[in-house]
Amino acid sequence: MEEDKKKSRRNFFELGIKFGLLATVGTVAVAKAMDDEDSSGMVELMSTDGNIIQVPASEVHDVAHKQHDDYDPRVGIPDKKFVMVVDLAKCTNQLKCQESCNKNHYITGDNAWLKVYKMQESEKTAPYWMPTLCQHCDKPPCVKVCPVDATFKRQDGIVLIDNERCIGCRFCMAACPYSTRVFNWNEPDQPAAAHEGEYTPDYTGKPSVKGTVDKCDFCPHMIQMGELPHCVSACPNDVYSFGDMYEDAVTNGSGQTFKLSKLLKERAGHRLLEGLGTEPSVFYLPPVNRIGDFEEGMENYTEFQSVKKTEE
Amino acid sequence: MKQYDKLLKDLAPQKFGILGKVWITFLAVIILIALYAYYQQFDKGLVITGMRDYALWGVYISNFVFFVAISLVGSLVTAILRLSGVKWATPLTRISEVIAVAAIMMGGLTIIIDMGRPDRILNIFLHGRLQSPIIWDVLVITTYLFISLLLLYYPLLPDFAILKKHFKNKPKTSKWYGKLSLNWTGSAKQERIYTKSIRTMSVMIIPVAFAIHTVTAWLFATTYRGGWDSTNFGPYFIAGAFVAGAGAVVMLMFILRKTYHLEDYITDMHFDKMGKLLVLLCLVYLYFNINEFLIPAYKSTKEEAAHLHGLFFGEFSLMFWLAIIGGLVVPVLVLVFRKGRKPIPLFIIAIIIVIGAWWKRYIIVTPTLLHPLLPIQGVPESWHGYFPTALEWAITFGTLAAALLIMTILFRYLPIVPIHETAEEKGFLKTEETETL
Repeated sequence: MEEDKKKSRRNFFELGIKFGLLATVGTVAVAKAMDDEDSSGMVELMSTDGNIIQVPASEVHDVAHKQHDDYDPRVGIPDKKFVMVVDLAKCTNQLKCQESCNKNHYITGDNAWLKVYKMQESEKTAPYWMPTLCQHCDKPPCVKVCPVDATFKRQDGIVLIDNERCIGCRFCMAACPYSTRVFNWNEPDQPAAAHEGEYTPDYTGKPSVKGTVDKCDFCPHMIQMGELPHCVSACPNDVYSFGDMYEDAVTNGSGQTFKLSKLLKERAGHRLLEGLGTEPSVFYLPPVNRIGDFEEGMENYTEFQSVKKTEE
Repeated sequence: MKQYDKLLKDLAPQKFGILGKVWITFLAVIILIALYAYYQQFDKGLVITGMRDYALWGVYISNFVFFVAISLVGSLVTAILRLSGVKWATPLTRISEVIAVAAIMMGGLTIIIDMGRPDRILNIFLHGRLQSPIIWDVLVITTYLFISLLLLYYPLLPDFAILKKHFKNKPKTSKWYGKLSLNWTGSAKQERIYTKSIRTMSVMIIPVAFAIHTVTAWLFATTYRGGWDSTNFGPYFIAGAFVAGAGAVVMLMFILRKTYHLEDYITDMHFDKMGKLLVLLCLVYLYFNINEFLIPAYKSTKEEAAHLHGLFFGEFSLMFWLAIIGGLVVPVLVLVFRKGRKPIPLFIIAIIIVIGAWWKRYIIVTPTLLHPLLPIQGVPESWHGYFPTALEWAITFGTLAAALLIMTILFRYLPIVPIHETAEEKGFLKTEETETL
């Protein structure tokens, strides 16, 4: 079951990328493919307007795993704009996302990059669980104030930190209205795995560096492999969906794909502190028709802890 | 001639007495402790401080703001008062310029102390981005330091020449002063260049001084946080800086006058005038404070209300009211009376003003950070608050001691009251010059 889930998710991701390529080849190619009488070698694809179309498998070329030779972690992946949708109706604070994120990014400090907030707007309104991570703003206040270009926004919308350049002034942390940035106050006590391989801003936490800032990186190292970010695949409730705004499609951990614009419209999506004009890349769907009771989540709620220590 | 000799004898730099040596040792010990504390910080990281992810700036940054604030007095006394033709301020110019130089040097150093990676400081020049207010700060602080040094040095040229002659029987000292005087002879041509450059520098330093403290205010005002998100912040900081700086000048006036017996030069009249000036400065700053706190309190948006509650009634209320009532209201009430402007009461008020000003910076920096826009969750309970650790205090006191040490050393070798200008104003110089001719 777990295997299946993984496979279907990967398949979609690959196909999405293939279709993206196909679209650039042009409508002629698509029309030609559609003419093909033989329907046995057909694959189903979703077009940008949300319709399912069939394309001969022979016309679909494998590009997903092709590494761009000129890929620069500072520049990002061309013609992409990564977005995330967080469905608050599905979050029951199981914290699998946080566990996976902490583990895969070797987070050993006291402040996780992904936290599930216990939110309640006012006394008379219902409480709900709200996963919060770096919002990967289109107009990132943190990038604006960085004096040395250590934190930067790539062309695919991902905001990253170069921990070999950061001077540790913490201005970005002061500037971030979402308080998602985390500082390495001491020498991080990370496992050996965190120090393997060459450093790239693509994979934050590998390793974390004393005196510099860390935060959620939207997992570009997973995207490069055609996979979803750790939190997305770890969530048992499919709270998270991740995808490309240009393709107008987001995929959840079970491999289901949704049309982004339709999802946001039907479910009245919003972004955090929209009024600040930071234009986040993370969208939230309101907690209506919830799949679970808020109280269920209280079991896992720890007000003063977000990173489980190994000795426990 | 006799008068001039007395003036020279009074104003020429003097060797440290016992008290001076004790004072220097005291400062040196504090600095050594701070160096040890900083070594700990460099080795273990900023974890030795009380700062954490929410209270991400603390006493270092507020101390930095304090230093920048205090340094502004150089431009107030030397430039603004000089340009507006205020003659009584002449004996205070050097004191304020020395404060400016010492404070801005330590301000710059304090910023480096706050950095997580001081070893990467060159990145600011290698990868500097003009969009960042930190780069603006680096630019204006270095400019201000440079102009302040020149504004300290230029008026010293004739004094150095005088001292060269004065210390004739100490060839080594005389030689040094001679070198520093850059062959000042007092010729008409030199006088012309001298007057012109001091005037130019005085004009130049005013916008730069406003810029350093406005940019420092912008480090906070460019963020979205309640308590910092204010268009009032630039002028509010400047107004506060003049209060703090003028308070520091009064403190030094009193101490230096006592130690070096300068009663004939720094007179009760000077205290009286500085007292009046302080009333004006406090009132202006009070006005900005009313704008800064009353209007957000009137609206009481959620973020502002939480922040202001902490200041007015909460954990920061003691410091807040010390700064507002002790540091602003009481000084005005005392200093409007002539008796309040006598040296001793004014000195006491000045101490309260400076201490209040220091805590004021603390409560500008810290409380805001403890009220972020999203709630504080998932971090250890201690991260919900902030108070400096012992090591952090040690480093902070070290920077203050270092600033005092710089001042002490400068006052050891420079005439505290400008000799040349005082002699000129008192009409002594004419006789002296004609005699040498």
